Amino acid sequence: MRVALFVTCLVDMMRPRIGFAVIRLLEAAGCEVVVPESQTCCGQPAFNSGDLASAALLAKKVIAEFEGYDYVVAPSGSCADQIRNEYPGLLADDPEWHRRAVAFCPRVHELTDFLANVAKVGKVPGDFAGSITYHDSCAGLRNLGIKDQPRHLLAKLPGVELREMPGAEECCGFGGTFSVKFGEISAAIAERKCASAGTTGADAIVGGDLGCLLNIEGKLRRMGDERTKVLHIAEVLAGGT
Amino acid sequence: MQIRSMFFKANAAAALANPVLQGNMRTSKGKFVDKRRTAIADFSAEGGDFEALRDAAAELRDRVLKDLDLWLEKFEAAATASGATVLWAKDGDEICRHVVDIARRHSVRKAVKSKSMLSEEAGLNQALEASGIKPVETDLGEYILQINNNEPPSHIIAPVVHKSLDEVADLFEKTHRTPRKTEIPELTREAREVLRSHFLDADMGISGGNFLVAETGSVALVTNEGNGRMVTTLPRVHVVVTGIEKVVPTMEDLSLLLRLLIRSATGQHISNYVSLLTGVKRPDEHDGPEHLYFILVDNGRADLVASEFQDMLRCIRCGACMNHCPVYQTIGGHAYGWVYPGPMGSVLTPLYQGLNKAIDLPQAATLCNQCGVVCPVKIPLPELLRKLREKQVEKNLRPWFERIALKGWAWVASKPKLYALGTWFGVRYLNWLAGADDRIRVLGVAPEWTLGRDFPAPEGKTFRELYAARKR
Repeated sequence: MRVALFVTCLVDMMRPRIGFAVIRLLEAAGCEVVVPESQTCCGQPAFNSGDLASAALLAKKVIAEFEGYDYVVAPSGSCADQIRNEYPGLLADDPEWHRRAVAFCPRVHELTDFLANVAKVGKVPGDFAGSITYHDSCAGLRNLGIKDQPRHLLAKLPGVELREMPGAEECCGFGGTFSVKFGEISAAIAERKCASAGTTGADAIVGGDLGCLLNIEGKLRRMGDERTKVLHIAEVLAGGT
Repeated sequence: MQIRSMFFKANAAAALANPVLQGNMRTSKGKFVDKRRTAIADFSAEGGDFEALRDAAAELRDRVLKDLDLWLEKFEAAATASGATVLWAKDGDEICRHVVDIARRHSVRKAVKSKSMLSEEAGLNQALEASGIKPVETDLGEYILQINNNEPPSHIIAPVVHKSLDEVADLFEKTHRTPRKTEIPELTREAREVLRSHFLDADMGISGGNFLVAETGSVALVTNEGNGRMVTTLPRVHVVVTGIEKVVPTMEDLSLLLRLLIRSATGQHISNYVSLLTGVKRPDEHDGPEHLYFILVDNGRADLVASEFQDMLRCIRCGACMNHCPVYQTIGGHAYGWVYPGPMGSVLTPLYQGLNKAIDLPQAATLCNQCGVVCPVKIPLPELLRKLREKQVEKNLRPWFERIALKGWAWVASKPKLYALGTWFGVRYLNWLAGADDRIRVLGVAPEWTLGRDFPAPEGKTFRELYAARKR
């Protein structure tokens, strides 16, 4: 099957290695991976800020670029949620685009959901050895039902010891533009998340959304924690970290 | 109540800098969340289906709101037939006028109150005092706030959740002029002793109403301290102040909502008291008021009917959304600046008080949807907050730099070549800022980020650069 990678703007700019890890994972799962070169952003920052015109402009762009593939995979529950659950409503006033959105959106998956439930991979190439605590990112967890998928995949790595933190499902305080509009509140919430993760003593905090991970990593380092790694699930599953 | 939501950011910063408040918030957070979770687990273990209840309750509330006027007329007819008087109030001022009029008509000098958020909307205590009528709050939390110089509540069901035992002990010692108590039972006993005489010599009781039952003309009250029962049965006059959206058709409907409300609010299976009050004292009865008034309040609610925000009127005031909100848990309720805090408050305050008076509130949410999944009547709170953000954009209420940044980002993102160029420069700029240890301590383009945390540096090149190089 031909699978298009939706890189996401944060991975594109901040952590390209996550994008390459996703390619390795998808290829190991037997997919033909395509990376449409003109892709940019799913439009969620505009959508969540109330700028629907800008959000609709980018939604149409994503649909046009990606609708020709069997599946679209994004290493982010947040972007996948935006596309899957918001595009049809966002384009509801335009019958032609709405039809295209409805046909397209169910084929868009968050990475771990795709690997576990669509590709149904038997094994993953990673070789991570150590203890991990998993942070459930909000949009993936509550809007896409991503909870067991990453844990199911991590269990395929014999060297991984999963240590659940208290409040794994609680928000890390990132919230997209919230993190730069209400920085102090956002960082205070992140501090709680770091403290919860810290109680496990795990070597790494792992999650499926780079926004949350940058927030958590930034808070850990400011708190003086230089030890705990902060990794995207794709890096752990694909190996080479 | 005077709105202070325009000072949200400053109030939130003060809350973050207050170690006592932070400690109190940490304690209460765990309690509310754990108790609700346990109550729902118990309900499931007994064979109940909480999700099915939520669906049924959302459907019920929608059905009532669709014909709200008819159900209110039905309630009015039934309540009137039971000997009560039904009055209508357009806004807070009209609530105050009605209550003061009733008090004067019945020569009331003192009114005992059980908890009512509507009376906070109206600023009723101040209005009563100005008319020479002494209001006495009898809910323990509200009493503590009243003797603390009329401090506003910070939570809709636990008004004093922001205070510690020590703070209350100090306040009681100072106000009651008694030796300082340190144990909760001693403090509650002291409050009880003070309040008992007020119950006995009050001429009027003022209560809220959790629900109104249309078929019987009854008001349902959910309480834990027993003060609600005293307020509504001892004085000669009882005034119920509640919102027009609180009406339900039947007792059966009431039982559905009670099962959800109490588990969602305090995590109890049922509250210590559930009072159903119908009509005035009848000749063969020993207690109950001689005069019963209902003041049914609009104060912005009617405008939401049939609007894109109608879902908000399903709210049954359990507080679960704020108990589970990462922002509320961090800053407490006072920062929100009006009667209702947390996610439901961030929707209601701009709708009832004006979009431009609460600019920050719809923005002050991570949209984590924890509120949406715990709401017993399935109000899509994140979606409503987002819709309010749309209204802010439509009405040009956002700051110019934010509008330009968003439009600019979207415009650049719609032009792949320009986007590639912009991100090429962007990551290099960030790397230059970061220096040798790969972290940015002051981020000029988004200074709020680095107030409380670092910003990790980008890897180096963009994915699209590296991918293009790899393909070549």
